[in-house]
Amino acid sequence: MIAAADAPARPRRRRFDLDRALNTLAAWALALLWILPLAFAIWTAIHPSAYEARFELLAPLTFENFEKAWGAAPFARYFLNTFMLVTLILAGQFLLCTLAAYAFARFAFPGRSILFTLVLLQLLVMPDILIVENYKTMRILGLVDTIPAIALPYIASGFGIFLLRQTFLTVPRELDEAARIEGATVLGILWRVYIPLAKPTYLAYGLVSVSHHWNNFLWPLIVTNSVDTRPVTVGLSIFSAIDSGIEWSVINAATLMTSGPLLIAFLLFQRQFVQSFMRAGIK
Amino acid sequence: MLIRSREWVHAWLLLLPALFFLFAFTHVPAVMTLWNSFYSTPRGRRPARFIGIENYERMIGDPVFWKVLGNNLWFALGTIPTSIAIAIAMALWVNDRLAGRGFVRMAYFTPTVLPLIAVANIWLFFYTPGFGLIDQAASTLFGWPQTNWLGDPATALNAVIVVTVWKEAGFFMIFYLAALQAIPPSLVEAAKIEGAGRWTIFWRITFPLMMPTTLFVSINAVINSFRLVDHIFILTNGGPDNASSLLLFYIYETAFKYWETGYGATLTVAMLAILCALAIGQFFFFDRRVHYK
Amino acid sequence: MLKSMLMKAAATATLTTGLALGTWASAQAVELQFFFPVAVGGKAADTIQALTDEYVANNPGVKIDAVYSGSYQDTIAKVITASRGGTPPQLSMALSADMFTLIDEDLVVPFDDYLKSDEDKAWIEGFYPAFMENSQTGGKTYGIPFQRSTPVMYWNKEAFKEAGLDPETPPATWEELVEFGKKLTKKDANGNVTQWGVRIPSSGFPYWLFQGLTTQNDVILANSEGNKTNFDDPKVAEALQYLVDLSTKHGVMEPGIVEWGATPKAFFERQAAIMWTTTGNLTNVRDNAPFEFGVAMLPANKRRGAPTGGGNFYLFKGASEEQLTAAADFVKWITGPEQAAKWTIATGYVAPRPDAWETEAMKTYAAEFPPATVARDQLEFAVAELATYQNQRITTFFNDALAAAITGQKDAATALQEAQAQADAVLAEYR
Repeated sequence: MIAAADAPARPRRRRFDLDRALNTLAAWALALLWILPLAFAIWTAIHPSAYEARFELLAPLTFENFEKAWGAAPFARYFLNTFMLVTLILAGQFLLCTLAAYAFARFAFPGRSILFTLVLLQLLVMPDILIVENYKTMRILGLVDTIPAIALPYIASGFGIFLLRQTFLTVPRELDEAARIEGATVLGILWRVYIPLAKPTYLAYGLVSVSHHWNNFLWPLIVTNSVDTRPVTVGLSIFSAIDSGIEWSVINAATLMTSGPLLIAFLLFQRQFVQSFMRAGIK
Repeated sequence: MLIRSREWVHAWLLLLPALFFLFAFTHVPAVMTLWNSFYSTPRGRRPARFIGIENYERMIGDPVFWKVLGNNLWFALGTIPTSIAIAIAMALWVNDRLAGRGFVRMAYFTPTVLPLIAVANIWLFFYTPGFGLIDQAASTLFGWPQTNWLGDPATALNAVIVVTVWKEAGFFMIFYLAALQAIPPSLVEAAKIEGAGRWTIFWRITFPLMMPTTLFVSINAVINSFRLVDHIFILTNGGPDNASSLLLFYIYETAFKYWETGYGATLTVAMLAILCALAIGQFFFFDRRVHYK
Repeated sequence: MLKSMLMKAAATATLTTGLALGTWASAQAVELQFFFPVAVGGKAADTIQALTDEYVANNPGVKIDAVYSGSYQDTIAKVITASRGGTPPQLSMALSADMFTLIDEDLVVPFDDYLKSDEDKAWIEGFYPAFMENSQTGGKTYGIPFQRSTPVMYWNKEAFKEAGLDPETPPATWEELVEFGKKLTKKDANGNVTQWGVRIPSSGFPYWLFQGLTTQNDVILANSEGNKTNFDDPKVAEALQYLVDLSTKHGVMEPGIVEWGATPKAFFERQAAIMWTTTGNLTNVRDNAPFEFGVAMLPANKRRGAPTGGGNFYLFKGASEEQLTAAADFVKWITGPEQAAKWTIATGYVAPRPDAWETEAMKTYAAEFPPATVARDQLEFAVAELATYQNQRITTFFNDALAAAITGQKDAATALQEAQAQADAVLAEYR
């Protein structure tokens, strides 16, 4: 696009290059600034704690911090909890949001616009804010300190319903009707026509949902209080909030371990990640 | 008629599960919060009793409430425009054919994948006076004295804002990136042929066309400015003297540290009222400018 | 009644039929759930688990489910919610300073009903009195000290030498702390400080270390009924002024709020030559300080003094008589000399009874690592940690006042008077 644009106007070329060099420089400077915390985390995690604040090129390498962190808290269990949590939330969200979005996109029924407004209201009044009441509800249900208690407030997501409805609206009516003529049921049409066409949306939404809930902190902090239910974020906060001061080397090793899977997944699927956002039309 | 009512039934059945959870954990609790804000906190053997607007009177007279409210507004002002501006710059750069684009894009996006609660510890080190990264750099490069970024009420909240912008900008960038790629290249080329510079193209074509994205992102940013408090737990705990405490953090402290759920409900009502007012205001503000397709 | 007979029968059966039926019998035994928080990392949790296992192995009639419940904050939250939900634990460790909160929430029962014999009463007398101050109120014993600590002063001997001070003599008074601090504060060519003389952290829970200063200034922050605070006493303001002056007037301490968590690191990095922090840091400092260091009692002013801190055992309402009796017996055992010695050596917490210090293990440990005894010796001068009804709120008022004075937002006396007024408003209903 840029190459095509500067072809006809030769004299502008030199100025354009300077502009471009400055932009590249700025982009890189910002990128280095942005990656600094991660770089620091890696630095401290692979060096002895004496080098937490001293950045010498030849500092000895060690794997000890990871061993220490792994041994100091039940991270394996926390991992499992987080994994179960995000799976439960994602499964619930896909199921409930798909059904609801389908209804909003393709059915005419009384109360549709009011109900849709109520759904959109959740974009604003998120469960994160209603911690006091939701905690009471969980106590009444006897669910405090369970993984479903962390998940339940999030499984009907206004954002998810909105997103899938927008995608379903773009599906040509003709496909829908063709399937109907073939005798497909309501759910059959959804399964055979709509869901396959909305795959990029599911991927994008799934990625947002997983990264959001993998990193969620406040509500799990409130509603869990044992090793068996605590997700990694809460485990990390407890692990780092000890009386005897902060050991950055060990905490950062733990940070890398706990966000490792997400980080690696992101590095591997970077392109798909960004593209699924674009194709999903989240813009 | 029969077909239509069958369609109703289908629609309602499809909606039922989602609406059930939506109502159970969003709408009903929101209404119950309002209801409970008129009751006292049950404690030990004393049950909750109706106390009218006593909690609201307390809130009006609570200096900490006004302080965290002011902080929250400053926090919103500090995070929303900055993170949007940076996100747009990032998207423009990454959309360009830049040397090492893959790395740059990854760098911008990593904060989104890292848990805020964990990176807060890293930022705590950056801000530490003396041997922290910022002070080490400032002292080597400029010979500046030590600065207690988090321990001084004048800088604590701003330090928290910086972390938030860092966390948010990369996420917003993705939305702008998607918007940029949807702009027809022919528009930009036509402008270039007419001799428009980059700056003009951005303000006349790109920015207006991205207005719906800006609306979406800014609503997100507004909500986040009330929702993101994870890092405060590690960085300052709301201190010094509540200088960096935000509304949701104060609600957490009231309800789950002091166990005053009645007053916690009242504070939540205040928060809901502010969010609604902001959303309505924002919608009208943007409504006239958004370039709908 | 029938149930308890069955249980006794089951217990007897176990003893007679031996180990083969051990697993079966333990299912019939008195079952206890025991919550414990740990504030200093993994080793402490392992030690508690090991001690619990040892007790259960020797007492087949009791089965104890020890649940690591995270921080103190988590533990109290879990206890309160579990109790309101009708499933309280039978035994839990919680902050000694939360005693009034637990009483107010009507959750705990005193130990007195389960420790009735003269021998038991003598046993309660055997704890360090400084620890018992936070454990008894209204003539009843609600808490039994175990995971307890106190702040001490660490100093960098190399820095003392460089400053021309005797490396073996720590400051013993407030004046000396300032005087030594001035010599220890180093500046570079630009006039920027590279090493502070003193570091008294003030983030998170500043009241705790500050209580060292108030005690040394001979004033107590709250009465033993937990319903009246003394924040506006001129002696408290004097102590606060001293703390503020360390940075503003004397320039020996970093200005602003000083981070607790970064304190040991600042000490290791030679950013501060003297630091105040908990005895729970002994092991950390011993392992990581790249120089010779000393440990001393906090300096004195009108008197010596320091607060105590940490956790006590509590018994909970809603448990059966058998459970509570068994729980009290377990507490008696685990605070016994040999067990407490193991605990202290593994964690750095202060053994709660003098008799633990008489064991062989402790004598060897103290001989090998003399700083371990500083905290014990300081207990003679120690007082109860600030504790009142609605403790979290009251300490927040106080912490905010301290922060306001330290950061120069308010002067010491005004800030403290405001905190006192706020505390009075909350505590009035408990008088």
